[in-house]
This record gives sequence, C-alpha cells and structure tokens, in this order.
Amino acid sequence: MTLVVTPRLEAAQLLTGAQAVAHAMRQIEPDVVPVYPITPQTPIIEEFAQMVADGRCDTEIINVESEHSAMSAAVGASVAGARVMTATASQGLALMIEVLYIAASMRCPIVMPLGNRALSGPINIHCDHSDAMLARDSGAVQIFTENGQEAYDYTLMAVRLAEDQRVLLPVIVNLDGFTLTHSAEAVELLPDEVARAFVGHYRPLYPLLDTARPTTQGPFDMPDFYYEHKRQQDEAMRGVLEVFPEVQRAYAEATGRNYRGYYEAYRLDDADFAVVVLGSTAGTAKVVVDTLRDEGQRVGLLKLWLFRPFPHAAVAEALRGKQAVAVMDRALSFGSWGPLFTEIAAALYGLPEAKRPRLHNFTYGLGGRDVTPDQIAEALTRIQDPRTPAVMRYLGVRA
Amino acid sequence: MMTGLSSNGETIRLKTLKELAEREQRELRFQGGHSLCAGCGVPLVVRTVLNAIDTPVVVVNATGCLEVATTRYPSTAWNVPWLHVAFENAAAAASGVEAAFRVLNRKRKNGRPIPFDLPEDVRIIAFGGDGGTYDIGLQALSGALERGHRFTYICYDNEAYMNTGNQRSGATPPLAHTTTTPVGEQSLGKLQQRKDLTEIAVAHHVPYVAQASISNWQDLVRKIQMAVQVDGPSFLNVLAPCQRGWGYDPSQTVEIARLAVETCFWPLYEVIDGEYRLNYRPRKPLPIAEWVKTQGRFRHLLRPENRHLLDALQEQVNREWERLLRKCEGRLLEV
Repeated sequence: MTLVVTPRLEAAQLLTGAQAVAHAMRQIEPDVVPVYPITPQTPIIEEFAQMVADGRCDTEIINVESEHSAMSAAVGASVAGARVMTATASQGLALMIEVLYIAASMRCPIVMPLGNRALSGPINIHCDHSDAMLARDSGAVQIFTENGQEAYDYTLMAVRLAEDQRVLLPVIVNLDGFTLTHSAEAVELLPDEVARAFVGHYRPLYPLLDTARPTTQGPFDMPDFYYEHKRQQDEAMRGVLEVFPEVQRAYAEATGRNYRGYYEAYRLDDADFAVVVLGSTAGTAKVVVDTLRDEGQRVGLLKLWLFRPFPHAAVAEALRGKQAVAVMDRALSFGSWGPLFTEIAAALYGLPEAKRPRLHNFTYGLGGRDVTPDQIAEALTRIQDPRTPAVMRYLGVRA
Repeated sequence: MMTGLSSNGETIRLKTLKELAEREQRELRFQGGHSLCAGCGVPLVVRTVLNAIDTPVVVVNATGCLEVATTRYPSTAWNVPWLHVAFENAAAAASGVEAAFRVLNRKRKNGRPIPFDLPEDVRIIAFGGDGGTYDIGLQALSGALERGHRFTYICYDNEAYMNTGNQRSGATPPLAHTTTTPVGEQSLGKLQQRKDLTEIAVAHHVPYVAQASISNWQDLVRKIQMAVQVDGPSFLNVLAPCQRGWGYDPSQTVEIARLAVETCFWPLYEVIDGEYRLNYRPRKPLPIAEWVKTQGRFRHLLRPENRHLLDALQEQVNREWERLLRKCEGRLLEV
C-alpha cells in the first residue's frame, strides 16, 4: 500500500509546478546554479532568479551561453565543493548529454528538474518523455512526478538522495512540460526551516578547492581501469534502490509526508488488469481506474516514481499474477518497443509463466498530444481480451 | 605577495632561468614522469605558468595531449588541484569552479562554516590546446569571457589537433601539411587562413589579453603574472611547437618558437584594458622562410616552383605585422 501526499488545502498555495520547484530550490539554497533558458523549463529559472535577486536565498547564478556549458559549469562547481542545481528540457538536455554522462562518472550530486518535452525534429515544445529517455543510460538517477506537489517534494528529496555517500550521482526530477510546469494547482510548501533542516549542509568528499590537499579529478583511463570505474558507477546506481526508501522515510519523519516505495500503486492490489504510466498521466489514469471500477472492472494503476535505477524486482512483485498489463509509453524507441515497456517486460520475465501477465505496449501523447481518459480506458479495455495481440499500439494518433 | 610585475608592469624579479627553476624546487607543482613527447612545447608552458604564480592554483584542463599524457590513472603529474571534464568546456568548467570559490568564500564571511579547508585566495587557470580553444571550445571560452569570471585561460597553440595525430585546426597556418589537409598532387596543404583567436579574445573587452611564446620565457612569466592579477577574465595565447606534427628534431623546440617570433609570424603583444602594447620588436625581422624551412610540414614550400607561395606567405606576415604596429601605435614594452 502506498500512501500519497495530498496537500492540506488550508495550507496550500496556488502554484505552477515551475513555481513549486523554484520554491524548493530557494529552500535548498544551492551554492551555484548555472542557468540557460529553454521551454518549458524557463519559468523555473526565472522564478528562482527573481528569488535570488530579491535576496531570498544566497546562490551564485551563472547565466551560461548554452546548456552544454550549464552542465559543464555545474560539474566544475560541484567538483569544486559546492552544492549545485540546474534545470533543463528537451534540446537543452540533448545538448547537455555529453557532460551529464561525465557528471555521473565523476559522481557529482547535481540535482536537476527536467521539464519534459519532445525532441526535435520536427521541433515541438510540448510534453512527452523523449528527453528523459535520451538520458536513460547517462548514469543520472531519474524520478518522475505526477503533480506540482510531487515535483516539489521530490526536488527536496533528490538533494538527500544525490548527496548520500553511497550514491553521489546526478538526480533528474522529471515534471511534465506545461501540464505541470505551467499549470497552477494547490501545492503545500514546507516551512523554510523544515525544508532547510531536511536537506542540511553539503559535505563534499574530495573538494577541488581544498588546495592544500590537491586531487586530480577526471583523469584518463586506459583499458586497465575504465571497466572497474564503470562497475563502481553501476553499483552506486543500484545502491539507490536502498537509499531511495530511506530518504522517503526521512522525509516522512521530518515533514509528516508519506511517500513509500519506488512507485505508487493505485487500486492495484486486487486488480486483474493494470496500466503502468510515468508522470502526470497518472492523474488521468486514476480517474479512468475509478470509472472502470464503478463499472465493475478490476483495474488498477502502477505509477513509477523511480525510473533509474529501475526497480525490476519490486515491479515484478506488484504486477505478479495480473492477467494483463498495459504499459503506456510517452516516447518512442524507434524500431523497438517503448522504453518503459522494455523495462516492464524485463521485470516480468523472471516470473513463473502462470503468474506472468500478458503485456501490451501503448504509445501515447507524443509532442503534447492531449491524453484523454478515453484513450486510457481503451487501453485498459483492449488488454482484457486475451485475443488482443501484444503489438505496439498508438493511442490518439491519426492513421 | 606577487613575485614579478605589479599591475603597471614595471618590475620583474625573475631574471634568470635558474631563479625560475629554484621556484620549482620550492614547490613542484607539475612533475616529470608524464608521457608528453620529448621536445614537446606544452610542459614548458605549464611549468612556467605554475612557477610564475605564488598563490594556490586550481587547474582546469581541456581534453588534449596535456590531459591524456599527464593523468593516466592511477598516476598524475599534477601537484595542484586539477580538473578535466571534456574537450570543449574547460572555460565553462572553470566558470563553475570560480563561481563556487566566490560563493563559498562569501558564505564563509557571512558565517556559514565551510566543511573543508577553503583557501582565502586562489587562481583558476584553464589550459586548452588550439583544437579545444580555437575550434570546439570557442563558444564556452566566449561565454566565460563575456560573463567576467576571474580566471586565466591559456591556449597552448601547437597549430593542429596533435592529440589525435596532426589534423588541421582553426589555428593551422595556411599551406601547412596536416593529415586532413595533406599535401598531394592536387593540394598544397591547408588552403585557409588562421583564425586570429587573440583578437577574438580582445573583442570581448576583457581586462587582459596577451600573446606569448615559450621561447621568450621572461615575457611569458610577466604575462602570466599580469593575467592572474586582474580582476576578471584574462587570456593568453602561447605558441608551443609540436615536434611530431611540425616535423623537426625534438632539440629544436625552443629555437623554432623563437624563429616564429623573430620572423614576426608570432608577435609578442598584450592588450591591457583594450590598449595594445608590443612586447618585442625584432631588430631586423627574419624572412618567414627562415621559420618555414625548419619544419617538415612546410617542406613543399621550399620547392622552386612554389616560390610564389612563400612570397605570398611573407606578404601576409608583413601585412599583419604592420596592422599590429598600427594598433600598438609604437607603444613598445620590452622585458
């Protein structure tokens, strides 16, 4: 059973996701934030820049000339010994990717909200998860959030996660572009002192600016060491599976807000059919699940918070024994199944055949195409017919 | 505090190479045992730079010969903090280091404890080759110069992508043979002009820009000391010949760098707050042929039928030299 935070309306404010994240950044008060504008991330850094300009937090903003330099400056500042955040989206992340891989390999605990947006071409500024999937194998931890409240809460938790000495990896907090970044909803912020106490001060392990104890960082590896370094990096990533629930528990203790586990299971326990989604679509999916339940269908939802590392075993346990599962992908892996689908398929492969659900892959919502309850209902209905073949299907697209 | 020149450029204490070497004995900031080639000009740049600065130093290094040959894990030649991120972003990474230093110092002054031994003062030096500076790293360099970070970017210019085996770069002089502009039946080497990176840096209105050569080490020392004293970005373009790429005997590195200066191919000058100063004026400039004939990459220019090319090269050097003299308006500051 997953407990989910609902803002207490009397304590909540009407905030866009971008504003909520900017408030989290203000409370975190990172030392350095390199910024570059890109839709739909821009309001995050605009809001934050105004907060800094108003003296509400002491952060060195670097107005860099590209996202590549944003991540490069972030790595420089992080290795130097500072707590660092930045934010990006879409093409910006694509431009950062080279350096994001390096940030992860150098174990830089940089926290980065990502306003999810389609990748060019054709150029499109609206939401899908192509950008996040581009960073899938970068070595950055990836968290997906459903609404402004989660985007805020997980931005705070991301700092603790990233800076845990068993992890020390970049953490991306995904929030759907426009759907979350630009839409206002009730968000309950923590009191500043509670948020600040939760994230605490950053204690870098080998700061470059400790000039009395010089370190060589980012050296050259030959085949005699590269492989071992990559193995260590992978083990650090796998360690997140242990640290993530600990951070959630610490957050609950500090704030009274209960997030538990790698995913939210919505009416899933007794469901025969399930839909798996990432991000804001979960809100729509919950409405659909409720509606279909009212009609007597035993359906449920699994919404993943943690996408990297992927919690295969836990997901297998959650979906074990379901008759069929619809995996909703808001990104394409051209010529293959959807990126979320392949993870779910891999997770379920180890189940005994009798407990292994039939799997279906649905692509939806690319480039900001509206995601309707009908589409999700269609997916959940189709998979209930055992004769439906498990080919990839497109929801809401013209033939 | 500073050994060497004050910001008005009047005094220098390092008179002899012995003095420079003694500083190295005191604190060996860059060690031998690295795998840079015999006769490489780059370690001369690095050692001179690091020995010229008294304060704590942090080095940020672009991908290139210097990086791969000095930090092969688990060894390092660096006794100062050193960071490498990628090829094109040394200036951006240095921006981050500089911002971190500034904000952590500010927060310390405002009472926040810093959980490590943060120095009061530090000089941030970025090293990049011409590939990582003239070409792929130009955008990051431009951004960092425009933003005004207090750091010194030093381009060691060996006029091609030497780390990957002598491919042409934006710094490769016209008519030079490289592996991507090879001399052949139908080709005379690189057909394009060099990019004038020093002037591009000047166009950013930064406090200090200079061009130097490993052959004129006192001039180089003084320029480094000038560069690290200014409150803002500074840029040094240092000629560092490559015996492998240029095709000469490794013992000739310094001499060939000197010929580049004596032929006015590589003038020594500086631009302080936009004001040009010539730092060295050859009594009688040597013909460019004297420099060209020392190097295998220009061998084809020595054939009688290519005499006109050498003449054209000479005309170009003359033109650029005259242009520089006009910018300097006769202000000569020799050391």
